[in-house]
Order: sequence, then structure tokens, then C-alpha cells
Amino acid sequence: MGISFELLALQFATGLALGSIFVLVGLGLSLIFGMLHVVNFAHGSFFLVGAYVGVYLYSLTGNFWLSLVGVPIWVGIIGMVVERVLIRPLYGRHIDYTLILTFGLSWIMLETIRIMFGFEGIPFRPPAELRGAVDIGVGFMPRYRLFLIVLTLVIILALWLFLEKTSYGLIIRAGARDPEILGVLGFNIRRIWLLVFGMGTAMAGIAGYLAGPIQEVRPEMGIPVLAQAFVVTVVGGMGSLVGSVVAGFLVGVVVAMTAIFVPHMAQVSMFVVMAVVLLLRPQGLFGRKGALG
Amino acid sequence: MKHIEKKQSKISRRKLLASGAGAAALTALPMPWVARATADTGPIKVGFPTPLTGLFATEARDQVRAAELAVMEFNEAGGLDGRPVELLVRDDKLDPGEGATRALELIENDNVHFIVGVLSAAVQLAVNNITRERGVIYVSISQSDKISEASDHSRFTFREAVNPTMQTGALVRHAIPRYGTRVAALVSDYAYGHENLAALQKWAEPVGMELLADIRHPFGAADYSPFFPQIQALRPDILYLCNFGGDLVNSIKQARDFGVMDQMKVIVPTLLYTSRVAGGAEDFEGVVGCTPYYWQLEETVESAKRFNDMFKAEYDGRYPSDYGAMGYSGVRVLLDCVREAGTTDTDTVIEALRAHRYDNYKGPQYFRDCDHQSVQSVVVVESKVEEAHPADVFNIIDVEAPNEDHLRSCEELGHA
Repeated sequence: MGISFELLALQFATGLALGSIFVLVGLGLSLIFGMLHVVNFAHGSFFLVGAYVGVYLYSLTGNFWLSLVGVPIWVGIIGMVVERVLIRPLYGRHIDYTLILTFGLSWIMLETIRIMFGFEGIPFRPPAELRGAVDIGVGFMPRYRLFLIVLTLVIILALWLFLEKTSYGLIIRAGARDPEILGVLGFNIRRIWLLVFGMGTAMAGIAGYLAGPIQEVRPEMGIPVLAQAFVVTVVGGMGSLVGSVVAGFLVGVVVAMTAIFVPHMAQVSMFVVMAVVLLLRPQGLFGRKGALG
Repeated sequence: MKHIEKKQSKISRRKLLASGAGAAALTALPMPWVARATADTGPIKVGFPTPLTGLFATEARDQVRAAELAVMEFNEAGGLDGRPVELLVRDDKLDPGEGATRALELIENDNVHFIVGVLSAAVQLAVNNITRERGVIYVSISQSDKISEASDHSRFTFREAVNPTMQTGALVRHAIPRYGTRVAALVSDYAYGHENLAALQKWAEPVGMELLADIRHPFGAADYSPFFPQIQALRPDILYLCNFGGDLVNSIKQARDFGVMDQMKVIVPTLLYTSRVAGGAEDFEGVVGCTPYYWQLEETVESAKRFNDMFKAEYDGRYPSDYGAMGYSGVRVLLDCVREAGTTDTDTVIEALRAHRYDNYKGPQYFRDCDHQSVQSVVVVESKVEEAHPADVFNIIDVEAPNEDHLRSCEELGHA
């Protein structure tokens, strides 16, 4: 089979779309780790909850866009409740405590979804205006996937503006550097952590909702996501937001390109990327050394 | 079956030498569970391992519903001289190790007389290893070609399910003359996919098919987008899409997004009822596939109507799924033979099963002599858009009648 330039270019674009979901889940995970030093093993379950909350809102409103706004709000609220009630009592203890807590929580969330919505998958499609494919010069690309890339870029930009250009962002960044000094200065660091955890889970939720029209919405959909999110954060560097963005797209493109040449290795290729990065640069592409210490 | 007999005679000989007594070598074999099971007069116990949790939980639950229906039917008819049947359902978690352990526990702790069930091909092989070693009859309701081969077969093994050779064969015989000869295959990279791919290659030549590429995707992949551009570049007439459950739904949805459906016909060797329901009418529109059973068979097959009515009456109007129906037939065929034999004695029931001709839910069936594969019809369906009710998802476009020529021959399987 001849590999044309068009096919490679199209495959590259497909990889970016694939990477968009990776970026969103990776960003949320990294945000939470970078600021709170919580390794959120329930991240895949927040992804799952996002998809189901979205499908539920959609069934009420019949409007894809309204649900798109509603999902991060609802999942963020659920995330904040989790932080306030379950995670907060564990601050100051070893990192394992929250790791085990969130691991258990992820299964409880999965079972809750099963009890509430059943074992069967639920049909969910892109909105009418995003169905079909458009010619992007090198071939036809699904509209929805193009939308996914654009929306991810918008979310990244919004997050960057929020963290870098607002006073809230300044406080959050300061809190990540030195929470004690921030406390001395009179800021309520706990409230900031609450907000950050809510933001991180909201991003996982929105990723789940956006993945809904591509995948089957089913209770197990969050399980592979956790591993993917970890690959992205490890490759990018634990806690580095720039790293998550770069690594998310990178992993997406690597998976897509591998699929052309050795299709059955496509899924494994992301772990190869991770292994290579860990060997050459253990702290990740943009990470600090000793981030887990 | 030669090698099995040889194996057994070897064990007997060893036993003979060890005990030094010539008499009744076979009954002296260390199989206390068999002795207990055949001697008792309590309920007849049927073990039923199936993946209640995991990716195929939906199908597994339907299998249990249908299997319980067969048990109910048997018990209401008076059981075996008053002995009722008890169904012991166990979760195999879709894991061969779990499946083997559950099977072993069922045999050794629960003293089951028979085992029916399992959904995954790999788990089925693991369970079969246990049952043939312990000399317990196992009626498999999982798709696999491997289990028919001489290396895995035993006289205790019966397979009620269809298999990849039958379904892929029926599919290409239907599709190639209608949609074109150029085929690209996208296949799940595990036993089920490999067996179907082998079947595709086997039937390719007789129907004049050209296989342009066989692309394998990882089991459980969430995203199939990386595979579609290259498939589209090949410009095939047909995409042979071989995966199962959630994988099928995801890949069909994404194929639709990429416009694959507008460029080629998508055909699926096992087009599951549950997947189609979960995936929705729009995305599956026009997809053609095979199934062992679709409830609409009731329009032409009397036993299907009877089974559907019974299932719906018991489960609030719910329609039985394809894999569920096999759960019914697997238990039913066994219990019918137990009644015919008038005993739970393994050898007598085996003989009854081998001679049995039946029509439980889909028309005539029987077990082929050499490999105990149930020779049965295969239904070709097309996903429909206009649904009269939520279970109305397919049109039956072809029914391939039972035919031994559509199976691999006994010689091919190594049964001399």
C-alpha cells in the first residue's frame, strides 16, 4: 500500500483530534496534581460522570450546546463536594492516602452510574450541525473532530488567560509555589484548593461529554482514560500544564501515525512514548525533578 | 476423537498397574465428584459461568434470564421424575483464570452434574479444559472455531453457539455478489477477530473476493479514527468490520463520522442486538451482519414465536437478545436430553445429545458427530432506521439453512 502525503497529513489531523481528548483529561489531572499534590485516580470516573451528566442534560434540554455548558458546572460541583468531604481531611498526610481514596472512589462512582443508568450503553450523537465530513484540502475530516480540536484550543487559551492574567490565577499560582506564605498573607488556601479540584474534575467531565458522540456512552468508558491521562501527565511532566498540552497532542499523533504502519501496535505506542521519555528525561518533557517528593 | 480415547486408556492402565487389581479400572478412576453426582437423587445441578461483570455484562445478564427460562420450563413439566433443576450462576469476569476456577468450584464443591455457558472464546477454552479433565458434560454457548479442533475437543464438549466459520461464511456468501468483491478488513486483535479473519480468508476464494488489507485494532480501543483514512484510501467496495460489543458501537459511530458508510458497505460477522440498541439507528443505518438469532424469526419459525412469547411474558415484555437466546437453547437442549435419557449419567446423556434432533427457538438443529458443533441456521440482518418499537432494530434479509458444508470439515479440524 502506497503511503501518500495526503494520507499522512490526514492522519496527522486525526491524531490532533485524538490528542484533544488526551489534552483535556491530562490537563485536569495535571492541574490537580500540580496544585494539590493529589494523584487523582478517580479522574477516569469524572470523565465518565461528565458523559452521563451530559447525556442526561441533553435528554432534558435536547440542546447539545446547553449541555456543553452545564456539564463542567455540574461535574465541577461534584468534584468540589468530593474535595470538601473526602479529600480535605487527608491533606498533610502522605500522597498515598488520597491515591487510595480516589482509587476506591472511582469504583464507587462507576457502580453508581451502573445502578442509575444501567449496564447498557446509551446512544449519543454529535449535534446535527457537526455531523458529516468536510474537505480540509488533504481529504475528508469529520466536522465533529475539527470542532474538538478548535474547542480544545479555546479551553487551553481560556485556562491560560485565567491562570496568567487574572488575580485569581495569580493566587492559585502562588498557592502552588508556597501555600504557607499565602496563608500568612491572609488568603484562604483551602478555598483555592477546592476551586482547583473543581476545575480539574470539570475538565475531565467536559472531556467525557465531548468523547460521548465518538465513543459509546457506557459505564466502562472511563477505565482506559485513567491510563491515558497518566501517560499524558507523565510524558509532559507531572504537574506541568504546558507539558500536558504538548504531550496530549504528541501522544495522539504518535498513536495515529503508528496506526498506518503497524495498526495493532497503535494503542501500545503511547506507552512506548512514555517509556522512552522516562528513560531519557525521567521528570517528563516539562516537569520539575522530584515533583512527587 | 482417537487421541482422547488413547489418553483415557493410558490413565486406566496406570491405575491398573498401581492398584494391581484388574477389575473395573474405569470406575476406580479418582473422580469422586462424578460418583457423588450420579448417585444422588436431589436436584439436578447445572453450573452456569458467564461474565456478569465486565464489558459484556449486558449480554451475560440476558443469557442468565434465558437460561432460567429453560430451567423453569423443565421444572414446571415435573423435572426428571420429580427432581428439579437448579441453575448455579457464577461470574467468570471475562477472565480465563476466573472461568477455570469457577468451573472447578462448581464441579468439586457444588457437585454440579453439567456445565453450560460462558461468553468469551478464551474463557470457554479454559472451562472446557476443566470439564473434559473432570469428565463433566459442557455445553458451550460461546463462539469459537478453536474449540472444535481435535486438540481442544472432547466427547464431553458440545457447542450450541454458531461459530466464526459459519457466520463469516454466510456473510460473504450474501454480501460479495451484492456489494462488490473488493474487501478491506478491520479486525479486533484477539482470538475472536483472528478466527473470523481466518474464516474470511477461507471463504474468500469460493466467492471470488479480493482482500485488500487486514488491519488489526487493539481489543477495547476507544478510538478508531486512525484506521479509517487508510481504509478509505484503498477504495474498497466493502468494509468487513469484525469486533464485538462496545468496540463495535465505537467503530461504527466513528466510521459514520468519517463518511465510511457513504463510500462502502459495512458488513459485520456478529451484529449484536444489544450493540445495535446501544449504538442507535442513525449510526448503524445500512450495516449488514449475521446473528445466530433475531426475534423477528418468529414470523416464519414457530419455535421462535413460542420462545419470544415465553421470554416476554416472564420479563415484562422485553425481547430476547441473540446471545440470550443461546443461553436458553444451551440449557434446554441439555435438559431435554436428560429427560430423554431418564438419568443424569454422563455417558447416557452424551449419547442422547449426539442423537438429538431439535428445534428449540430457531428451526432445526443437531450436533455434528465429529466435533459436536450444533449445525444450525445463520440469520443475515440489516440495521433499520424506522423502528416500530425499541426492539425493532433489524430487517431479516436472508436465512442460511443448516448445512454441514458451511462448517470446516472434520478432516480440517483434525478429527480422523
